[in-house]
Amino acid sequence: MKIAVASGKGGTGKTLVAANLAEVVSRTLDTTLVDCDVEEPNLHLFFGGPATSAEVCVPVPVFDLEVCDRCGKCAGFCRYGAITVLQDRILFFSDLCHSCGGCMLICPKGAIREEPVRIGQINISHPSSLLTLVSGILDEGQPHATPVIRSAKEHSMSSCLVIFDAAPGTACPVVETVEGCDACILVTESTPFGLHDLRLAAEVADCLGVPAGVVINRSDGRDRKTTEFCTTHELPVMMTIPFDRKIASVQNRGELISRRSPEWQGRFSGLFEQCRDLAGVRR
Amino acid sequence: MKICITAQGPHLEAHHEERFGRAPYFILIDRETGAFEAIENSFASGAGGVGPKAAQVLIAHKTNVLISGAVGENARQVLSAAGITMITYRAGGTVRDALEWYLRNNPGTPEGQ
Ligand code: SF4
Ligand code: SF4
Repeated sequence: MKIAVASGKGGTGKTLVAANLAEVVSRTLDTTLVDCDVEEPNLHLFFGGPATSAEVCVPVPVFDLEVCDRCGKCAGFCRYGAITVLQDRILFFSDLCHSCGGCMLICPKGAIREEPVRIGQINISHPSSLLTLVSGILDEGQPHATPVIRSAKEHSMSSCLVIFDAAPGTACPVVETVEGCDACILVTESTPFGLHDLRLAAEVADCLGVPAGVVINRSDGRDRKTTEFCTTHELPVMMTIPFDRKIASVQNRGELISRRSPEWQGRFSGLFEQCRDLAGVRR
Repeated sequence: MKICITAQGPHLEAHHEERFGRAPYFILIDRETGAFEAIENSFASGAGGVGPKAAQVLIAHKTNVLISGAVGENARQVLSAAGITMITYRAGGTVRDALEWYLRNNPGTPEGQ
């Protein structure tokens, strides 16, 4: 089973939910936790242990100007504007290139070959006997997160349970993460902004056909607007985490509330059961 | 000499558009004859790389001067490699206003252009 943890914006407590859920279920089930927030991965802060790593590379075109006759077909083909053919040279912008390989196929002269370029890495560690942590890390300044997320997903396919911590927001990286999951946990806060972002995130899950449920974090007890939204959109509220300084301070120390408190351990087990039910809805 | 002015519509009275890659139209004016031609920017609503794509359109039309407000870094590189002079104009108004402003500041036609 694959569970994605997502939220319409950052700072809602997505990491808290993903880390505690993985901590609790990995006591009995073979679990892989995948950090897909590749621009700012942080799950490793909660799970120690030595990591092995693998590079993530993407192919980019290299032009042989001796062979090239400046016909311009490659530039005309590239819909991302990564190639401009001038009389005396070819300008290539690697930050615009999506590594689709099309220019190489289209070139009538065979003047283009592909070379791998590193854009990030995957770290893999085993914090406990049944838990594997896979972290995708995008190199500073690299514009395309998706290949790193894809690679992180590929490194996580052997466990029976995989939990994906998505990047905040609703852009391509989130779609890449949530797509193909059996259930999606949407983490939100009960503020007007939180509700707006929840709506966007719920739409993404809905478009991808992934059944979703909601966790309300930092609740001050006034969640009526959020719960109403969930009722009308048939999103079950699976868990409500109260606003509590103690929870925040545990988290800030790199600790997990479910490690320290049997009560929270039970609540996160309950969350997992509800995710199972959600996943069953699709079948 | 060919002058390109970014525009919101396909004629000289259209509003000048400050953005380059996302400009809806490029108005090409022949300085010597005064003839003009409007080119629709089919990349204006593209997802990415609109700057270099738009710059390629200008190169294909043998443009010498571009009058626009904001040219992105990638487009700037393409335009300067192609020898196209970039002039920043942000005073608003119409394409004709931008053209007259340019002609006032650049009187006379340089030899050989
Ligand atoms: S690989 Fe694709 S995106 Fe990259 S330059 Fe070639 S055509 Fe453009
Ligand atoms: S398609 Fe091939 S031959 Fe034509 S300009 Fe591009 S690299 Fe050169």
